[in-house]
Amino acid sequence: MTETVPALQARRLCAAYHQQPVLEDITLSLPQGQWTAIVGPNGAGKSSLLNLVIGSLAPLRGELRVLGESPAAQRRAGNIAYMAQQENMEWDFPISVRDTVLTGRYGLMRHDPLWRRLAPRHWADPSHRQAVEAALDAVDMADYAMRPIGELSGGQKKRVMLARALAQQARILLLDEPLAGVDPPSEALILDTLERERRAGRTVIMVTHDMPSARVHADNVLLINRTLVGMGAPDEMLSDAMLARLAVGDRGALSGGERVAA
Amino acid sequence: MLPLESLALGTIDALTALLMLAVDLLPENLAAPFEYRFMQRALLTSVLVGAICGLLSCYVVLKRWSLLGDAISHAVLPGVAIAYLLGWPFFIGAFITGALTSLGIGAIERHTRIKSDAAMGLMFTAAFALGIVIISKIATSTHLLHILFGNVLGVKDSALILTLLASVVTLLAIWLAYRPLLLYTFDPQQAQALGFNTGAIHYGLILLLTLTIVASLETVGIILVVAMLITPGATAHLLTDRFPRMLAISVGVGVTSAVVGLVLSVKLDVASGGAIVLVASALFLVALLAAPKHGLVARHWRRWRLNQTSQT
Repeated sequence: MTETVPALQARRLCAAYHQQPVLEDITLSLPQGQWTAIVGPNGAGKSSLLNLVIGSLAPLRGELRVLGESPAAQRRAGNIAYMAQQENMEWDFPISVRDTVLTGRYGLMRHDPLWRRLAPRHWADPSHRQAVEAALDAVDMADYAMRPIGELSGGQKKRVMLARALAQQARILLLDEPLAGVDPPSEALILDTLERERRAGRTVIMVTHDMPSARVHADNVLLINRTLVGMGAPDEMLSDAMLARLAVGDRGALSGGERVAA
Repeated sequence: MLPLESLALGTIDALTALLMLAVDLLPENLAAPFEYRFMQRALLTSVLVGAICGLLSCYVVLKRWSLLGDAISHAVLPGVAIAYLLGWPFFIGAFITGALTSLGIGAIERHTRIKSDAAMGLMFTAAFALGIVIISKIATSTHLLHILFGNVLGVKDSALILTLLASVVTLLAIWLAYRPLLLYTFDPQQAQALGFNTGAIHYGLILLLTLTIVASLETVGIILVVAMLITPGATAHLLTDRFPRMLAISVGVGVTSAVVGLVLSVKLDVASGGAIVLVASALFLVALLAAPKHGLVARHWRRWRLNQTSQT
């Protein structure tokens, strides 16, 4: 049954950037329909874990499965929506807010009939337009739809990028620091939106530095510092003792084989 | 004659006839030179080259590939020389060394600690030097000048067919792969996450760039072709905030500068490649000053207005 297949499953996963190991021996399993916060110091490999899922980083060893299949197959099926940290985005790009959100549908558009794919976008399947408008409404950016993306504030850009991920209507949402550099109203709006997605049955996996929001919203917390330091309920994982252990990157904290989040 | 060749020549004749309809609208003294067949061919070549350079230059500008374009265009020289030695059509050799160099750049970048700008500079100067050495041994300096700076008035049938073919391939590729190309240019990481084959898109775009450069050799030459791959896109980027419009404006700038430059070069008896690039640069200058939103005048006007309102 699909319900019993984990959203994300890793077995003895290792990864490296330029021969520098960033993730070692990660074994974990995240169930579907839950909100997971990935927490760890800078350079601990949190983003690398997401990069392994979206394919911009290849695993050195070990196995990674998404919904029981290879990540590449799930990417092509459109089941993985990703919101990057956007540090090196080219905001000068000549594109409107609405068209930016529409790029989230580009993966799904490959499955449209040929004539729709080659026709001007007014002839695209109406489902794409509807998803885009719904996503813009969800992050309260519909009024800015025609604006160039570069004219927005930092928080607004984040909301648009979240809208793009939502527009894909994927089963898994991967978010890299969705709350970094965001004004308080935008933060509340982003968290509300994600809460709604989780209630709609989607799996939310978010890398974050924001402990309060992880404590309130997450079902699971993953502590990563190159190795998996711990995995479990937020209260347990975000205790002072565990966070101290996370800071030094204690390997011994979890050597007992696979841990499955409750 | 091959059926494909006769088809191409037929298309060229049809396109020339279409262009002549437009030329007939011009005043007498401007239209007069185009009664000659070589001028008609030069005009058609210029229009095609202006159009495909305009299209590609949007991607070059937005992807920061200016130096890569420069590198590929220089790397084409040894290919031309070797093709000349072997008696092949020049564009086959040009395409091969251009593509090999861009692969070499990618390999150095990925597998060593050398950064991309150094990798490009290194590869293209080496290739260019090789080309100069071979040509100095086998050909006259006029021949070298024509390769380096173009010779649109002497365009042969074979070169015109190549330009036509390159235009058709470029247009088709950009139409069929519009979305993947747009997404890859805007946000490669997102393209990856949505399951697009970013490696194929990357090398596909480089091959298109190489093809465009090779097709433009006769018109503007190796040294100046990169101007046609930067200036139209940069001009268009100043004028709009929508990508499809940027493509259209860039094609307009490319075609306008190619045609006006050609006419000027005949009227003033100066090098066509240089004239074409100067017209493009002039158009850029106008956009830089007068663009409604991103132009210098508009920017200073807005700043001045802001100061006025904050003082009151």
